[in-house]
Amino acid sequence: MTGSTAIVASVAAHLVAATGIVVPHIDYTAILPELILLGGMLLVVLVSALSPRPLPTEAYATATVGIATASLISSLVLWRDVTNHGPFTAVADAVNVDGFGVFFLVLISCILVVAPMLAAGHLRREGIEGCEYYVLALISGSGAMFMATANDLVLIFLALEILSIPLYILAGFDHRREGSGEAAMKYFVLGAFSSAIFVYGIALTYGATGSTNLAQIAAFLARNVVTSDGVLLGGLALLLVGFGFKVAAVPFHMWTPDVYQGSPTPATGFMASMAKAGGFAALLRVFVTTFPTLRSTWQPAIWVIAILTLVLGAVVALVQRDVKRMLAYSSINHAGFVLLGLEAATARGVAGSEFYLFAYSFLVLGTFAVVAAVGGRGDDAHGFERYRGLGRRQPVLAVAFSILLLAQAGAPFTTGFFAKFTVVAAAVSAHSYALAAVAMGSAAVAAYFYLRLVLVMFADVARPRPGVVATRAATSGAAAPAGRLDLAAVGFGGGATPGRAATLTAIRPTEVAEATAAAGMVGEATAKADGPLVVVSPWVATGIAICVATTLVFGVWPQPLVDFAHQATLIF
Amino acid sequence: MNVSAAGQLLTTGITSSQQAFPFLTALVLLPAGAAILVMLLPRRSRWAIRAAGMAASLGVLGIAAAVLDQFQAGFGGYQMVSEHPWIAPLGISWTLGVDGISLFLVLMTAVLFPVALAGATAKENPKSFTVWVLLLEAGCLGSFLSIDLLVFFLFFEATLVPVYFIIAGWGHERRGYAATKFFIYTFAASAFMLVGILALVSIHQGQTGVTTFDIRRLASTHLSGTAEVVLFLSFTAAFAVKAPVFPFHTWSPDAYGESPAAGSVLLAGVMAKLGTYGIIRFDLGLFPHAVVVLAPLLLTLGVVGIIYGGIVAAVQRDLKRLVAFSSLAHLGFIVVGLFALTGESLSGAVLQMVNHGIYTAALFLLIAMIYRRRGTFAIPKLRGLQSSAPVLAAVFTVVMLASIGVPGLNGFVGEFLILSGTFLTHRWWAVVATGGVVVAAAYFLWAYQRVFHGRADNAAAEEPFAEMTWREGLVMAPLVLLIVALGVYPQPVLERITPSVDAVVLHVEQAAHPTIPLAGQPVEAVLARAERPTVATHPFAAARLDVSSTTPRRGDATSANQRKGAAS
Repeated sequence: MTGSTAIVASVAAHLVAATGIVVPHIDYTAILPELILLGGMLLVVLVSALSPRPLPTEAYATATVGIATASLISSLVLWRDVTNHGPFTAVADAVNVDGFGVFFLVLISCILVVAPMLAAGHLRREGIEGCEYYVLALISGSGAMFMATANDLVLIFLALEILSIPLYILAGFDHRREGSGEAAMKYFVLGAFSSAIFVYGIALTYGATGSTNLAQIAAFLARNVVTSDGVLLGGLALLLVGFGFKVAAVPFHMWTPDVYQGSPTPATGFMASMAKAGGFAALLRVFVTTFPTLRSTWQPAIWVIAILTLVLGAVVALVQRDVKRMLAYSSINHAGFVLLGLEAATARGVAGSEFYLFAYSFLVLGTFAVVAAVGGRGDDAHGFERYRGLGRRQPVLAVAFSILLLAQAGAPFTTGFFAKFTVVAAAVSAHSYALAAVAMGSAAVAAYFYLRLVLVMFADVARPRPGVVATRAATSGAAAPAGRLDLAAVGFGGGATPGRAATLTAIRPTEVAEATAAAGMVGEATAKADGPLVVVSPWVATGIAICVATTLVFGVWPQPLVDFAHQATLIF
Repeated sequence: MNVSAAGQLLTTGITSSQQAFPFLTALVLLPAGAAILVMLLPRRSRWAIRAAGMAASLGVLGIAAAVLDQFQAGFGGYQMVSEHPWIAPLGISWTLGVDGISLFLVLMTAVLFPVALAGATAKENPKSFTVWVLLLEAGCLGSFLSIDLLVFFLFFEATLVPVYFIIAGWGHERRGYAATKFFIYTFAASAFMLVGILALVSIHQGQTGVTTFDIRRLASTHLSGTAEVVLFLSFTAAFAVKAPVFPFHTWSPDAYGESPAAGSVLLAGVMAKLGTYGIIRFDLGLFPHAVVVLAPLLLTLGVVGIIYGGIVAAVQRDLKRLVAFSSLAHLGFIVVGLFALTGESLSGAVLQMVNHGIYTAALFLLIAMIYRRRGTFAIPKLRGLQSSAPVLAAVFTVVMLASIGVPGLNGFVGEFLILSGTFLTHRWWAVVATGGVVVAAAYFLWAYQRVFHGRADNAAAEEPFAEMTWREGLVMAPLVLLIVALGVYPQPVLERITPSVDAVVLHVEQAAHPTIPLAGQPVEAVLARAERPTVATHPFAAARLDVSSTTPRRGDATSANQRKGAAS
């Protein structure tokens, strides 16, 4: 597979050589994870084109998981190389294989392992055949990987486009879905606009420093004092705007709620994790390592952006009536937290941001997977109503969702807590006390809207008053000829058939009818508890389980992840 | 600062009490592990779920009793310390220890959880309920035992989630509102505490180069006056909301009133103490200077809480809310005791934390019994219960008298120590606070009269008011026994509390008057020296009660010194 890519590349190199351009030596091992993604992507397209019958979506999902796992393994091999032999640059210094970059290679591979699982169930339900989602995800992932390892502004721009264009298409790929086209168009227009600004920023920076290579820019700035620095600062500002759009930092966030709401839900989850991972990787690298000499200039700007992002994200999310829109604003709030690490501009800050992005990626993927499942056929039921009584109907799903939401709020013993902890600790040790306090204040505000959703699932069902009345109701319910319902299920006010509902699979309609009939005898109070059952396919269940497990395991034992992020920063 | 001496004392303190069996870690992990086990049990096997929950909480009580047995009276420092690195790069370590201040709070927690499970378990969905209660127990014990600031904070925050679900899942009509209000209030307040913790650690790191969350080391951090006050406020915000201290109490009547019986018992009995415990352990231990500066403010808030809580309790028509406001008043006493900064008042405050836990839990359980029979908390709807349930009325009377602070029952000892200690340093606050005792008597007796006296109104109800059952009696028995025992003979408790409290007082005293020779030393050195009866000669502690000076402390101190000598 990679062999074929190599042949293609060498043929291309010969063609280029005919034009007289000097072709650099290409170290294929340095970009192996990206090549695996792209090669695998071509393979998937090829198989899909050549297969006589349309393959089921699960087949493509399996292939994508396999490709991503291969890329994960090669990223880990690179990690070993980097930790043993130190960082190195490749492909004419355009790619920088260092701990920081490889951290993101690992993270992006992980996202690509989980995302297809979460999408498979959704695509099957919506009846979307074909390999497009997976192919686009792989391309986008390779773009994010190049962003993380790029050592040249031009490569960052190319990678940004490779990352973004598939995301524009993903936003609109379910053409039957209302709002999807609008979301795609909006994302595309604003994204293209921000890309243009970004290119302008590159041009100005090049004009001021004479290079697009990050290391050379840094070296130039270290040696020279730019006396009239208007062009340089202008370039820096435009770069910041470009990145700001990608990571949805206020005031460049306007596209986020509409696009998150309009996109097919699994695409939203993917977009939220992938675009942030890639965007922040490049943003951190460019600002912290390339422009450390201008830190006193850009730090206040980041400070302001971080505060705006934190506050607006948390406050506006409070008044949302649509869960996807609420989560869009919550993702803006999270972006503010990642910015804390950048504002600190220390090794600790960068490590904190890395940790945060790692934790957040799994949280947001899992959260949107649950939202996609609850959204039902057509992917359009995203009101709070839809979640009413979910805790009684499908306790396991509701508990998993609650864990993900509470982790986003920063509950202890989840990765969400340590993510917030590491960035806030970095901010405090950099003496940004006000920023740290604003961040924690916004976390407290954010807790409200996460809890609102949890509350709807678990508590917001009218039921008979406990005590005397409830006991009687329970007794009469038990007397009813509903053999499979135990006292608890009836008294608890819902048609939760024990055992069956606890597995993440749907209950057969006959059972639902039976349960509803039995529950009806308890009284009208239970009627509200009966809502549509959420179908969760085994693929999605596995994906959600991985996300929840990551959240809890690294929440109780965060040391490996902390070490990983810390070491990654040391080998910058 | 005499680092080597401090370090030596520190290690002495640790090694002399190193245990073969990690009692304290077991205390935290047993309920957490049991919660996971119960999670795996099938939903239908209600009996197994209850048995597992009960067994786990009784197991915790057993371990807590063993800790009491191993605890060396007369020694003020941390004992049975177990220390394991947890997240080494961040300087966080799993460090648990117990001293006279936390010992009885741990015991109280260990007593109240099985009582709550036995007396007020949920009929609906007992599995989830048991899981949440056990997780809450792990959280509370972890908070009381942690010496590592961040581990404390993790457990302190972790208690919110179970309580949130207990209120939201099993509460009364406005449970959703109450649960959310509770969570957001406490979460918001402790958010700033996290920033405070990080700032303190960062300052400490700047001074020593060591990243640590160990409060024994952090206590030696040199803070500027402003920094100390700001940090004190960020910590105190979290504790004042949790306790609650007036005017941060507005979540508590809702949360206490709307939560199920077990929720109220554990919220008022155990969780409230997390706040006051935090004040004595962290505020007084880490920011002694700021404590001295701001003590009048906190004393005033405490006194206002006493009077306000009493007056508002008097006009409540709902029994549960009445107890909620009376709780506010009682916590006001504790806060006054803490910030009066005398050995006596602090000992009284610590004792009162335990006492309040016991009698408030008992009150909420009794109210739950009334609710089970009548389906209401409304005082006007209840009448003449005494004639049909004399035993229940008698138990209620005992508990209520303890709560009022009648001599011979446990409420008296704590309140008396607090008031007499406060009188030495802050006379007028003590005088006003004493008025609160009178108010308490008034509202409780008035409520009792309306609920229990008069002609029984059985005709209106569907069935006559039933007498306390054997099962209910069995649940109440340990609490009533403790109420009487602690009221009659508080000596064994006080003699374990006093050395630790004296160390804290000394620590604060040195910060306020740096001329005292021990100034500038870390708290562990102070704690170790507190075994010596130097405190008694100090003017602030001179007028201490007989209860503490007649203890056989001298013998214990000698043996402690011998141990220390052997170890060094």
